[in-house]
Amino acid sequence: MVTGQFFRKMGAVSAAAMALVPAMASAQEVGRGHPEPGQFHLQESVTPIMDSIVAFHDGILMWTITLIVLFVLALLVVIVVRFNAKANPVPARFTHNTLIEVVWTVVPILILVVIAIPSFGVLSDQMTVPDGERKYLGANIFSLGEVEVPEASVTIKASGEQWYWNYEYVDQGVAFDSNILSEEEIAELKPGQPRLLAVNNELVVPVDTTVRLQVTSSPTGVIHAFAVPSFGIKVDAVPGRLNETWFNARETGIYYGQCSELCGKDHAYMPIAVRVVSAEEYEAFITAFAESRNYAEAAALLPAL
Amino acid sequence: MANTANLEAHATGHDQASHDHHTPTGWRRWVYSTNHKDIGIMYLVFSIVAGVIGGLLSGAMRMELQEPGIQIFHGLAAMSYGLEGDAALDAGKHMFNVFVSAHALIMVFFTVMPATMGGFANYFAPLMIGAPDTAFPRINNVAFWLLPPALLLTVMSMFFEGPAGALGFGGGWTAYPPLSTTGHPGPATDFVIFSLHVAGVSSILGAINLITTILNMRAPGMTLHKMPLFAWSVLVTAFLLLLALPVLAGAITMMLTDRNFGTTFFNPDGGGDPVLYQHLFWFFGHPEVYIMILPGFGIVSHIVATFSRKPVFGYMAMAYAMVAIGFVGFVVWAHHMYTTGLSLDVQRYFVAATMVIAVPTGVKIFSWIATMWGGSITFRIPMLWAIGFIFLFTVGGVTGVVLANAGADRALHDTYYVVAHFHYVLSLGAVFSIFAGWYYWYPKMFGYMYNEFLGKLHFWVMFAGVNLIFFPQHFLGLAGMPRRYIDYPDAFALWNRVSSIGYYVTFVAMIIFFYATWEASRKKRPAGDNPWGDGATTLEWTLSSPPPFHQFSTLPKIESKDAH
Repeated sequence: MVTGQFFRKMGAVSAAAMALVPAMASAQEVGRGHPEPGQFHLQESVTPIMDSIVAFHDGILMWTITLIVLFVLALLVVIVVRFNAKANPVPARFTHNTLIEVVWTVVPILILVVIAIPSFGVLSDQMTVPDGERKYLGANIFSLGEVEVPEASVTIKASGEQWYWNYEYVDQGVAFDSNILSEEEIAELKPGQPRLLAVNNELVVPVDTTVRLQVTSSPTGVIHAFAVPSFGIKVDAVPGRLNETWFNARETGIYYGQCSELCGKDHAYMPIAVRVVSAEEYEAFITAFAESRNYAEAAALLPAL
Repeated sequence: MANTANLEAHATGHDQASHDHHTPTGWRRWVYSTNHKDIGIMYLVFSIVAGVIGGLLSGAMRMELQEPGIQIFHGLAAMSYGLEGDAALDAGKHMFNVFVSAHALIMVFFTVMPATMGGFANYFAPLMIGAPDTAFPRINNVAFWLLPPALLLTVMSMFFEGPAGALGFGGGWTAYPPLSTTGHPGPATDFVIFSLHVAGVSSILGAINLITTILNMRAPGMTLHKMPLFAWSVLVTAFLLLLALPVLAGAITMMLTDRNFGTTFFNPDGGGDPVLYQHLFWFFGHPEVYIMILPGFGIVSHIVATFSRKPVFGYMAMAYAMVAIGFVGFVVWAHHMYTTGLSLDVQRYFVAATMVIAVPTGVKIFSWIATMWGGSITFRIPMLWAIGFIFLFTVGGVTGVVLANAGADRALHDTYYVVAHFHYVLSLGAVFSIFAGWYYWYPKMFGYMYNEFLGKLHFWVMFAGVNLIFFPQHFLGLAGMPRRYIDYPDAFALWNRVSSIGYYVTFVAMIIFFYATWEASRKKRPAGDNPWGDGATTLEWTLSSPPPFHQFSTLPKIESKDAH
């Protein structure tokens, strides 16, 4: 039967394609801090939190769902081949099989439990700001926690505006605005930085330091969301609320994110750029910024990009 | 049952012909219709019209996103409003959000729901339970006729001021305040709110009618546990509508008073909370997604059984899996809100509760497979759509399990991964079940057969097209592309291009669909009472095609256990 053959071919092609996904993902070179052309995978991690998300997604979820889909597809292919009217002219009449019904209720529950155990661990890490004592999962999501994370020593308040971000170094009481750069401005000021992600003033934070990040929105504004994929953080910026998360980046560089809650016409034009620098560079920057209250002057002390 | 006795007496006193002179003709037949079948047809036509509008809106979006940069919306804005330069660009950016919002509202409230709970439920639930009509035929008429004005209000909203100086409501179908309150001071939002109120009243009336019909008007001998699964799915869905829509109505009424009468339910300035709206919205919104898919579950069960020539496997488990999904669907709403600042304990609860839904859903998938297992299957058009549904719904379902985990959702929330997920369960799942039902019941509703080749061509082109649209969107989401963006960093160009090509393929599929429908109406190949053979056991196949204007003047007696 033509349909049957077509089904079989389609099945084989999509099975091959799906099976390659997790394998190819690890083989693909992923740029750090921003998406790469044609990327089909999570961005590379530079924090313990994103380590655990990547391990959880790539190591458990992706395999589980791929296998489930392939299993269902395989059953459908068998049905098409064996139980078409030509191959099986007389239909069976069974309508019950208690054993198999119990199996397909209990086995999914077991699979969900296996998913839930690391899931709760990954979630708890995200929601608990380090106190210096608590150990974090990192990439080993079946551990009881083996990654040491220092207590938060920098506090930053990010406030969503229509349509840019305002960052405040809470300890120093200094703040600045971060606006998107147009293509012309990128060419002039920051050649090579990606379109729609580059900003005039990046949020500067020290490497290997736990940053407590408070996120809110202008009291008269709308909801935004602060997200940096390679840090594994995403927090809504809600007027009248102060949400909190944390990150501890282990590599210097620029990490981009984008507003992740619909906020009006320029929703796509308020990127987030976090520049992670060495402790010494940060010290020089923040001292100068606290003194001069002039971001551009302080940022000029940082090495050129 | 007095009601039944009365009907039987009526039936014995008159023969079928004596009813015919009551049959209204011309426009009166439709506008004044209290006939569940005519109203069902009107719902289906309405759904097709709305679906075309919603589909064209998404076409503009996919054309825009085909390449990085802004390609068409500044031009659309320039054309529509006579603006130039930056003003046209700004208007275009807002217009994109307006299209996003209108696409979702139209597809949810005016395409999927009218097709399943309006069209198929009205037409076939009474036939399947052996009832002469629905319980409240006039309410049925009102419920339908509220929908065109509701759709009109949504469409009109696109032409009224939203934010200062721009037209239309661009706050998404979720309409989160403050963007939908202080962010959209113009009347466009009030049009949308009023539209949802009217559509909500329509759905609540329809739900009351269907619940009463199914609980009170089943043919003698048809106990609830002998009732066909489509009727079960309609019953469960109607309860979801009845319980969920008033919450939406309450939420948008509060929004209306926040906007116009100085209340501050969702305004932090006055002690209100924008997140409260999200709780209320999703308390409706999550059951709403089951409202869209459950009738499809019922349709697919019948088609799978019919073309396997085998009764549904695990009938009771199938029925109660839908009840369980409906019930649990009410206690998982905050999994849409993991990033709003919910506490760790609250997130843990919603993770656990959400994953529970995978169990009854798995029961349904495996029971459909078991129904086909051992069957003698003919792959007619409806069966292709049903099998396509099972596969695509599985893909959409497993990504739902991924998103259920708040820990993983942190990376995927509000990205294209979510867009891919809900389009796999709705645009592919629910819509495939609607097409399955359309091709399954078309011979019954209109008395003619489809061209088998055209129907199959429609299926295969559409199957390729929608997968091409939505599968690459998983990649975009994983790589971090946020939703509701008119423009994106160049790195996302490849998969966006593939996705847009998928739209054009799907567009061709829809042309095939309309051509096939036209062809079937021209060729007039008589279908006969039951074109699907001995696998089709439900009561609608015992009637003529199309069924008489009034059926079951003598109520059928249900004795066989195989009624379902």
